[in-house]
Amino acid sequence: MARAVTTNRKIAFTVLAWLVGLTLFFPVLWTILTSFKTEGEAIATPPSLFFFDWTLENYVEVQERSNYLRHVINSIVIAVGSTTLGLIVAIPAAWAMAFSPTKRTKDILMWMLSTKMLPAVGVLMPIYVIAQSLGLLDSLSILVVVLMMMNLPIIVWMLYTYFKEIPGEILEAARMDGASLGKEIVYVLTPMAVPGIASTLLLNIILAWNEAFWTLTLTASKAAPLTAFIASYSSPEGLFWSKLSAASTLAIAPILVMGWFSQKQLVRGLTFGAVK
Amino acid sequence: MATLQTQTAARFMMAPAVIMLLAWMIVPLSMTVYFSFLRYNMLMPGMETFTGFGNYEYFLTDPAFFEAIGNTLLLVGGTLLATIVGGTFLAILMDQPFWGRGIVRLLVIAPFFVMPTVSALVWKNMLMHPVNGLFAWIARGLGFEPVDWLGSLPLFSITVIVAWGWLPFATLIILTALQSLDQEQKEAAEMDGAGPVSIFYHITLPHLARALTVVTLIETIFLLSVFAEIYVTTGGGPGTASTNLPFLIYVQALLQYDVGSASAGGVVAIILANIVAVFLIRMIGKNLET
Repeated sequence: MARAVTTNRKIAFTVLAWLVGLTLFFPVLWTILTSFKTEGEAIATPPSLFFFDWTLENYVEVQERSNYLRHVINSIVIAVGSTTLGLIVAIPAAWAMAFSPTKRTKDILMWMLSTKMLPAVGVLMPIYVIAQSLGLLDSLSILVVVLMMMNLPIIVWMLYTYFKEIPGEILEAARMDGASLGKEIVYVLTPMAVPGIASTLLLNIILAWNEAFWTLTLTASKAAPLTAFIASYSSPEGLFWSKLSAASTLAIAPILVMGWFSQKQLVRGLTFGAVK
Repeated sequence: MATLQTQTAARFMMAPAVIMLLAWMIVPLSMTVYFSFLRYNMLMPGMETFTGFGNYEYFLTDPAFFEAIGNTLLLVGGTLLATIVGGTFLAILMDQPFWGRGIVRLLVIAPFFVMPTVSALVWKNMLMHPVNGLFAWIARGLGFEPVDWLGSLPLFSITVIVAWGWLPFATLIILTALQSLDQEQKEAAEMDGAGPVSIFYHITLPHLARALTVVTLIETIFLLSVFAEIYVTTGGGPGTASTNLPFLIYVQALLQYDVGSASAGGVVAIILANIVAVFLIRMIGKNLET
């Protein structure tokens, strides 16, 4: 009896879960499908889900009309640059806090977290004025620096929670065997720390790639990453649905894949270790 | 174990991060406060004069300010309600045995990774458009008048778009908490004759309390700064019907070049965010001790 009930239950839950999942995913799916339609088919009624003449011309045209590739490169430079710089600064700090904690370590961590609570709009004016006076408006370097500072607290925190899980006894054992500090770092700690660093890297690239306050306010065209470039479709280019969809699909695809891979780390990173 | 030598080394290792964050906090913050007391317009450089609380008076008595505060609270509150209720439901659903769990999970979390400008434009043009949008087509098919979503219900529509992006976040965290629930406790309650509803109220919900609090606080921090979704859909309009605090400050700053009152607004936004931050920090701090 129990088995029949559970099988029926399972079927019911399967139907319900897929229905809900597909509904939530639909806007993304619809964007991807529309990117392969012609403009005429995109606004046709009734809309067709799969049965239309698939075309790649939107992708070609998005690149030709607006040099899409330049914005892709801007996005990559900003996301990878800000994350890498952040890691260079954060790894030693998180390391020190995890392996030689003092009475004040906790206070420093909490204080770092509190800087993340500062709303971006509260410091918009000073950052804008500073960028302007240095001639850095619409430049990649100001965005790399600003996004690095925005995400630095998250990077330190994530690394700290990962490093904290490396057992200290291993260090002691290595020391007993006569390993120097350099050897200890290269042969013992680094291999154990790499997975944590990789997850941190992934999550912060995602956050920086999708950041849409500073990228919209500090860029005009030259340094605009994909977030700002897509925003330029808000009018009247937005009427060209297929091209908007093609540009959007390319902008979200790499991050979607990375996000799917890092979904476990996401919870930990975004809750500062409060939920594991 | 921590010798004097390693402690000195530790200090050096922490110094760059600490100094940079300190500078990042103090420099812009004091500049914002300083600017907020100046009559300062970017179109008239070199004409800055001290004006005391003039900017605050201007900003805080502007009717748009009260509307913006109201809109901010509605947007944050509406999104929280939708994502917490929806997220709890979704997490419980994802926790059931069914075929294709891994794939459905991927579908559900996908919206979180869509950049805000893309999600806002896709919803605005392809779904909510009053003539060609998919919703309009469905409405006509069912015999209803299509709704001009962003035109007549701007704040509600933006809330829907924002909530769509944050629902996966709530789901994922609640699901993580759900999976750490002791199954034996549930089974014991079941054997004692407890129904699914009372199990949910007396066992599941108390267990989720912590995760729900974390979701609420973290989402609030991010939702207080929603900007891109408004920027590309309504531009704060019609009128100021969908202007929230960040967008109002943005308009003052970069469309009217009024550095002074934008900074006064910035100070107000910082105070608002700090009220939430105090609770969040206290909670995470407590967790750190265990």
